Amino acid sequence: MSEAVADPGRRTWIAITCGAGAVGGAAVAVPFVSTFTPSERARAAGAPVQVDISALKPGEKLTVEWRGKPVWILRRTPEQLETLKKTEAQVADPKSLRTQYPTPDYAKNTHRSIKPEVFVGVGICSHLGCSPSDKLQAGPQPSLPDDWAGGFLCPCHGSTFDVAGRVFKNKPAPDNLEVPPHMYLSDTVLLIGEDKKA
Amino acid sequence: MAEFKEAPAGATAGQKLLTWVDNRFPASKLYKEHLSEYYAPKNFNFMYFFGSLAMLVLVIQIVTGIFLVMHYKPDAALAFASVEYIMRDVPWGWLVRYMHSTGASAFFVVVYLHMFRGMLYGSYRKPRELVWIFGCAIFLCLMAEAFFGYLLPWGQMSYWGAQVIVNLFAAVPFVGPDLALLIRGDYVVSDATLNRFFSFHVIAIPLVLIGLVAAHIIALHEVGSNNPDGIEIKAKKDAQGRPLDGIPFHPYYTVHDIMGVSVFLLLFSAVVFLAPEMGGYFLEYNNFIPADPLKTPAHIAPVWYFTPYYSMLRATTDPMVNVFVVLVALGAAVTLLLGGLSRNAKVVVAVSALVFIGLLKAFDAKFWGVVVMGGAVVIMFFLPWLDNSPVKSIRYRPNWHKWMYTVFAINMVVLGYLGIKPPSDAGTLISQIGTIFYFGFFLLMPFWSRIGEFKPVPERVVFQPH
Repeated sequence: MSEAVADPGRRTWIAITCGAGAVGGAAVAVPFVSTFTPSERARAAGAPVQVDISALKPGEKLTVEWRGKPVWILRRTPEQLETLKKTEAQVADPKSLRTQYPTPDYAKNTHRSIKPEVFVGVGICSHLGCSPSDKLQAGPQPSLPDDWAGGFLCPCHGSTFDVAGRVFKNKPAPDNLEVPPHMYLSDTVLLIGEDKKA
Repeated sequence: MAEFKEAPAGATAGQKLLTWVDNRFPASKLYKEHLSEYYAPKNFNFMYFFGSLAMLVLVIQIVTGIFLVMHYKPDAALAFASVEYIMRDVPWGWLVRYMHSTGASAFFVVVYLHMFRGMLYGSYRKPRELVWIFGCAIFLCLMAEAFFGYLLPWGQMSYWGAQVIVNLFAAVPFVGPDLALLIRGDYVVSDATLNRFFSFHVIAIPLVLIGLVAAHIIALHEVGSNNPDGIEIKAKKDAQGRPLDGIPFHPYYTVHDIMGVSVFLLLFSAVVFLAPEMGGYFLEYNNFIPADPLKTPAHIAPVWYFTPYYSMLRATTDPMVNVFVVLVALGAAVTLLLGGLSRNAKVVVAVSALVFIGLLKAFDAKFWGVVVMGGAVVIMFFLPWLDNSPVKSIRYRPNWHKWMYTVFAINMVVLGYLGIKPPSDAGTLISQIGTIFYFGFFLLMPFWSRIGEFKPVPERVVFQPH
């Protein structure tokens, strides 16, 4: 070891050099972390989807792909619409007021849709992203309550939704099924991914 | 620098070569420090096989992995077919792949047993805290490695499993959705996700894993191995400074471990050749269906080694969060009444309990489920400071402690079983009780580990020569 006393001026320069080096190192991390974000191609692949629903009969469900996600189009029977009154008190967010997956204004109603009978929703559970299964048949069934009125059951963690995609209380999923922006181009042709505001 | 050594007169060519190397690289020194003069306690029992077996499985995974990468295509359009190509068209490809898939499960079998051994004999206690912490970090890496690898076959379980786990991160308040986007690299699990998971699985995590394994062993060899009696063998040494109860790792434990390896390979081969899918537990049936982003399989469950934690995730419902609120309030009340704290400390305890309760109610149960799942692993890191028992080994702890560890092990198995099953009300209730027991076991350990009648610890290890 040298007996010489450390020169504080040099110490300062060492500290400054280390600091500048650290800033440089951190700056290099920026482009690397940026590569994790969606690429331009992934960003561009979000085009709206056009669907003809003229052949969809009451009680039937159609699944189309939009942005890699399943979008359900369910033409509800009058009986199914009737069940929504009964489930009103059992669902967590009957008025679709939560903002995690904001419901468009035109779907902030009991049936959560533009036309009462046609429900358009993203078939992805707001819990952890599984796609719920159809349990449209009413009555007692495995994993479902005895007074089941028809709706959807998520196979992953047991969240249940009514036929308007409203989540029942005390289930893992906090939110109703997302309603994508959509509009009617004609009486029977739907455009999913875009609405009149856009 | 050490002095330059000369080979003795009349040395063989081999000795001369070794001397030449030793003057440039500490070959003999490393060999002595880690093998021929590394003294391990002579009373190891069969629970001590699992460390070397974990090393063996690591080697199996790396070697089979290298060969699988030669044929696998990390592309959403090609991945599933390339795995089937390995299985059907690549000569012996099925064997390499089954060794890799069975190896994944075998890794967790030996690591869980290795960790439980550490818990039973107090192998994490001073001075082995860092050995334990490196080990916990290895366990975390292993979980990440298994998760990333599981997406690669691009089957239904791969896809939806990744979807669920990535969405776990989306539950984090404020930054969650952006974080999930950053992990996926797309708005849904897609080709971009598959490519990055491939990169993590084959290079990033294995590099970290190997570094941690080296740190784990270096730390272990610095402090020396613990043993079933929990006695420091370095406390009693002979005239040469060798521990009286220690034997050189080589040849004694190398030969000993070969027996363990033989038995392990017997079982491993039986699975690889006779039941590689292990009834759907090692390779899930739904994963033989190509990934379909529009349809979740009717029942999805993680592979068996994640299911205890998955059960805890599912157990965290709104009523469970209310139970947490009550438990936090109770804990704070007990601390305030019996803790004998100063006025300031009491204020701190009361305020932090209130803040915690506020947070519990402010965020969704979904987020707390993720916290519970992560916390269940993270809490392991703190084990060295949670255990206040005056003795290390379970052998000299009160009998009721043995019951605690038995119940702990059974609880993990029950949680694991429930995690495989579809959700049910009874299952949720049992896993909620199990989750509370799991956390109670660790969080109350500072108190319960001191209670009871401890047995006298012998001076020397208990060992019958055979």
